[in-house]
Amino acid sequence: MQIPVLSIVVFTPIVFGVLLLLFPADRLRAIRVTALAGATIALVFSIWAYFSYDQALGGYQFVEQYEWIPRLGISYAVGVDGMSVPLVLLTGVVMFTGVLISWGIDDRPREFFAFLFILATGVFGVFVALDLFMLFFFYEIAVFPMYLLISIWGWKVTREYAAMKLTLYLFIGSVVALVGALAMFYAAGGNTFNLFDLEQAGFSTTFQKFWFPFVFFGFAVLGGIFPVHNWSPDGHVAAPTAVSMFHAGVLMKLGAFASLRVGIMLLPEGAKFWAPLVLGLATVNVVYGAFIASVQTDFKYVIGFSSVSHMGLVLLGFATLNSDGLTGAGIQMFSHGVMTALFFAVVGMVYDRAHTREIPQLGGMMKYMPLVGVAFIVGGLVSMGMPGLSGFIAEFPIFMGLWQKQPILAIIAAISIVITAGYIMRVIGGVFFGEVPEELEGNITPINRYDKVALILLAGILILVGVYPSIMAPLVASGARNVLSLLGGA
Amino acid sequence: MAFLGEHLLSIILFSPIVGALFLLLVPSERKQTIRWLAFLISLVPLGFSLWMWFGYDAGMPGYQFVEQAVWYEAIESSYHVGVDGISVPMVLLTTLLTPLALLISFSIQENVRAYMMLFLMLEMGMLGVFLSLDLLLFFVFWEIGLVPMYFLINQWGSANRKYASFKFMIYTMAGSLGLLLAIQLIGVASGTFDLVSITESWSTLNQPLTVLGLPITLSIAVVKRIAFWAFVIAFAIKVPVWPFHTWLPDAHTEAPTAGSMILAGVLLKLGAYGFLRLVLPLYPVEAKLYAGALALLATLAIVLGAFASWGQDDFKRLVAYSSVNHMGFVVLGIAAAAFANGTMLAGDAVIAVNGAVLQMFNHGLSAAGMFLLVGVMYERAHTRDLNELGGLFPLAPIYGGILIFTAMASLGLPGLNGFVSEFMVVRGAWPIFTLFTALSMIGLLITGAYILKGIAKVLHGPLNEKWQGHEMEIKRLEVLAIAPLMVLMLWIGVWPAWILNVINQTVTRLFG
Amino acid sequence: MDIAAFSSETIVAILPEILLLALAGLVLLLDVLTRRRTGVMATVSTVGFLGILVVAILFSRPTSGDTLILGGMLRHDWPAFTFKAVLLFAAAISALLSSGLGDVSERGEYFALMIVATLGMNLMAASADLMMLFLAIETTSIPLYVLAGFVKGDDKSTESGIKYFLFGALTSAVMLYGFSLLYGFAGNTNLYSLAVALREGFLSPWLIASMALLVLVGFAFKISAVPFHFWSPDVYEGAPTPITAFISTASKAAGFAVLVRFMLAVFPAIELQWTWILAVMATATMTIGNLLALPQKNIKRLLAYSSVAHAGYAMIGLVALSTFGAASIVFYLAAYIITNLAAFAVVILFARTAGSDEIEDYAGLSRRSPGLALALMVALLSLGGMPPLAGFVAKVYVFAAAVESGWIWLAFVGVLNAIVGLYYYLTVLKVVYLYRSEQEDVPISVPRAYGIGLGLCILAIVVIGSLSAPWLDWALQAAQSLF
Repeated sequence: MQIPVLSIVVFTPIVFGVLLLLFPADRLRAIRVTALAGATIALVFSIWAYFSYDQALGGYQFVEQYEWIPRLGISYAVGVDGMSVPLVLLTGVVMFTGVLISWGIDDRPREFFAFLFILATGVFGVFVALDLFMLFFFYEIAVFPMYLLISIWGWKVTREYAAMKLTLYLFIGSVVALVGALAMFYAAGGNTFNLFDLEQAGFSTTFQKFWFPFVFFGFAVLGGIFPVHNWSPDGHVAAPTAVSMFHAGVLMKLGAFASLRVGIMLLPEGAKFWAPLVLGLATVNVVYGAFIASVQTDFKYVIGFSSVSHMGLVLLGFATLNSDGLTGAGIQMFSHGVMTALFFAVVGMVYDRAHTREIPQLGGMMKYMPLVGVAFIVGGLVSMGMPGLSGFIAEFPIFMGLWQKQPILAIIAAISIVITAGYIMRVIGGVFFGEVPEELEGNITPINRYDKVALILLAGILILVGVYPSIMAPLVASGARNVLSLLGGA
Repeated sequence: MAFLGEHLLSIILFSPIVGALFLLLVPSERKQTIRWLAFLISLVPLGFSLWMWFGYDAGMPGYQFVEQAVWYEAIESSYHVGVDGISVPMVLLTTLLTPLALLISFSIQENVRAYMMLFLMLEMGMLGVFLSLDLLLFFVFWEIGLVPMYFLINQWGSANRKYASFKFMIYTMAGSLGLLLAIQLIGVASGTFDLVSITESWSTLNQPLTVLGLPITLSIAVVKRIAFWAFVIAFAIKVPVWPFHTWLPDAHTEAPTAGSMILAGVLLKLGAYGFLRLVLPLYPVEAKLYAGALALLATLAIVLGAFASWGQDDFKRLVAYSSVNHMGFVVLGIAAAAFANGTMLAGDAVIAVNGAVLQMFNHGLSAAGMFLLVGVMYERAHTRDLNELGGLFPLAPIYGGILIFTAMASLGLPGLNGFVSEFMVVRGAWPIFTLFTALSMIGLLITGAYILKGIAKVLHGPLNEKWQGHEMEIKRLEVLAIAPLMVLMLWIGVWPAWILNVINQTVTRLFG
Repeated sequence: MDIAAFSSETIVAILPEILLLALAGLVLLLDVLTRRRTGVMATVSTVGFLGILVVAILFSRPTSGDTLILGGMLRHDWPAFTFKAVLLFAAAISALLSSGLGDVSERGEYFALMIVATLGMNLMAASADLMMLFLAIETTSIPLYVLAGFVKGDDKSTESGIKYFLFGALTSAVMLYGFSLLYGFAGNTNLYSLAVALREGFLSPWLIASMALLVLVGFAFKISAVPFHFWSPDVYEGAPTPITAFISTASKAAGFAVLVRFMLAVFPAIELQWTWILAVMATATMTIGNLLALPQKNIKRLLAYSSVAHAGYAMIGLVALSTFGAASIVFYLAAYIITNLAAFAVVILFARTAGSDEIEDYAGLSRRSPGLALALMVALLSLGGMPPLAGFVAKVYVFAAAVESGWIWLAFVGVLNAIVGLYYYLTVLKVVYLYRSEQEDVPISVPRAYGIGLGLCILAIVVIGSLSAPWLDWALQAAQSLF
């Protein structure tokens, strides 16, 4: 019998989440170890799914299907293709490192990990869903724990505001998309939510043009598309470290992925019609995000806005609707996920010690935390698209795709690379080098071994994909071909 | 042995970075161990590149020691390396200068391990550029070199290092941004990044791209024009061609001694190499069209660089500006070749390019030597102000001798290497750009002036009393570091044929 | 459809009602015999309700088609049966929640009234005749008026009873006027014959529509739809909390049972008109309910307005005018009832220890009693429509029904309202989880009975949410015989 890898990946977190709630609240160590065990299992199985995916075979693999609500043609159907399997791996990695980084949380860690794990189940569920209803189901599961995680364990100054803003933005987006999904369901005959069946439903062009914006932008809110990106920097900043990692690292991919899976793949004609608008907005994301990031003085806001900029590249890649662009966007989702998880981990470590994130009040951290500094530099270089690291591998094809579609936008978007280099250098210089401010002298404790493992793992992945892109690129390219076949090979 | 032979270039390319990782295992307190280990590691690529040098068959056309492996097949890019007569001397130069630069870095005290690792990483980046036969790979290594250089300046540089490193980074990033876009464009328009196949198809490509079934709507003329200018600007910044040179004096001056050596000795060559490897073969038509402008800029670089150098009171800035001046000759040779390509004057162009490539090698030797000597002086005197030095010959006779020797090589004294290459450039360019070449003679004159000014201000004149009693003499280790350079300067000056033969065969095939 | 003669089948069909009546008698008798031993009444009532529920499910399932019984007064069909099951469940939980509520819970008449009200609701769900319907509604309403004002010493409770009574009486009168007009024009009181008569009478649609409007007033009061919702916040706030729970769940569901059956059975001739009327009402109900819930400081008032809004969502299913739409109402109500009961259970438990219904006093609940906080979170998120909870699936079905029938704008109104709803639920959760209070070390005591009831509801919320297929099938079966 085939082992239901994906179901194990999806349900491990929530099972462990519930298990955690059964522990007495004061048994901190047992709670942490259990959480780590759960994350490890999910990671191991997602690695397994990644590496045993058969590229030669292509298509969706590890498919499982069970009836769920047969009256409405809803089934529990999971499977991964080249586009989604890296994202499953990404989620596993971020979850694992997120638990490691959160080792030191002492305010109700039980609830913290439980909510985080519910979130993880939602995320896994969306990435593997082959059923539109199921996709929504897990999508919402992924959204709401965010509210509690941010508002309870977040940064005291803005957490209430940020958490509410984030939740409402995302919820608005998803319910709008939900209506679109229901419209698709009935237009396809009202007897199936299966994504494959909906792909073949042959929606009329008018229908597609009308509904595409609802569905695509509904999800793209979570992808941080301009001008509804505003929730994201606030949310990133207010969230506790592990949640920022999850949030920027995985959740934004969730939005992007869903807008691809539901928006572009189910409504290809609509996608072609609206692609220019998406291209334009995403370009604004890329450049505007970078500009705003470069004027922030709060370390974490810099990273928050950089996510807006980088997610713009993902959406840009989608909107090219060609092989190069989609491949690049797929890799960029993974690369940015790992990179930004690394960034937020570093920000958290610095903040925990210095109790400030204002760049002018920081400095010389390299002296006390060399590994953190090196990890941040690796992330920074990925962020500016430095060759030899995963960011380059991702951005390069996106730009190639863009040249085929809108050369002028390629040039405009490329400006962001220089701006990014500027602000990353500024942060590196301001935080890790230079003089240690007097009040911090001697107060900086070294990081613990859990932190080290997390940082090395994340940085290692970035380097590995950069140096040896064949480990991921052909896989994503096969996923991109799958998308293209729906777009009529264009 | 067979394995080594087949993967010679990969071994040269990756041994520094593997060694750097190896350094991680040594505890950071054991500075002396790290230094010697790093030095020994850097001898590995040197040894293998000597093997490559002797194994290289100059008479055989095309690239040699070629290796190709899967790298990024999703966009048709592969790990493809190989060498020809232009890159072989450059590889040798790089692997030679790195151990010497590491030797001179023994005086570094802070974060020795990080310094050595960055240096080895830098070496890999530079070697990668010279070895790549794939546009994407070329770009990868082009950029990889930037990062360690940034940190070397930023962390181990002198007073104004923050500003200088930032300026260096942003200038080169901006330059390489165009390069990046152009490479993407070429990749899209030709469907591959392989330099060999692009070189074959690209220069003759003139029908609309959509006819070829390529998914791009721009006309080929536009694509070529955009890509040409993007390449030219990127390389011009790196060389640097006047007026893109303003980052150079800052970066050179603020970098640590070894950083300056590599910066002047190798990094500047990357730009010139880019012109030779990419711009001329890929855009013969455009290059010819704008060759005159390039020659003008080269002349300006020669003349103005020399004047600027003359005007400096900072010893290191003086040497830094001299690089602008000397690299001007390289660009002049390249411009001549671009203009003369396919005309009656091709024979002269070959001479000019031969001169240019040799000048790249020579300038690598002499500039590295000069920076090394400046560094030695700075370490003793803790000042680079020429007005505060003076009359040091009696205090440091050996240093003085070496300085004069190296300066003469830089000046272009017959019998030393600089003369050979500059003469060849001038000889080759004269029939092609008579006026510009003539004007650049003024530059040669001023070169004499600033070199002599430097020597005079340091070694001669009244002794500044405050140095009395100071230990000013060069140390044995430093002599060891500069000795190989001096040997080569003399050798090429007296008998350049051994290296020119290698260069000439390839150049003749490319531009003859 | 025949009118069955009085037979053993009829007995089986009205078995729950008969048993309810017996239970009411038993409770009154016990009241005299046991002289108010703590908890006896509540236990007996709860067990009684649950027993009747089991009996109903086992024996009173409609077997052969839909039959009119008792001379056409009642209809024994799936919708009636389904609603009865839901109502009995709600009554059982409400009775359970009434235990240990000070003096109230030790009085037999309290439970007897509750049982009689439940009996009325059961009859509402099954009524097929104007006369029966009116009687059933009044049988339900009058005990509820009394229950709302049961705490005599409390001004708010008294105000609540009076207000409920005045509003109820007025709307009943209007509804009765509508009934009389219907009878006058159609010459018949049976709901299913009325439709035929109205169609054959060649009456102007506008006339029929105005009759429909009059009748709607009464129903709208029962389900607290805008603009007949004014009573609900005050009544909810003032009434004893278990009664609030009872009114907001069972009474509302019974109102919907009548509304759905009546509109579908009597007014097919003017579907176009009344669907629009209901669409507008649904929009107003959702929007006003949600907007007014935003500034509330008292948890019971907040839940009152939220229950108004939920009536609006459920009405969307009726507007859709399809089998699936009707099924979605049934499903929605079931989900809503269970969820709301869970929410009220937490409110009652909290008030028992903390003595307050103010939202700000909920600060620190997550530290005082993490389990209770979690239960409240599940309940509120289900009300807000978050998966994997029942409220999510229910909302999806309702909106799906709207989209299916082309009411896309209504679906959008619904989803946008869902966001407003989520906002105030989250606001409560914020207080619960985020804010600190000085009484964090005072745990909230949870008696075992409550714990079981609450746990049951929470489990049901999750199960219905994640495995909704059997419940949807049931709801669809109920809906099919409405058309």
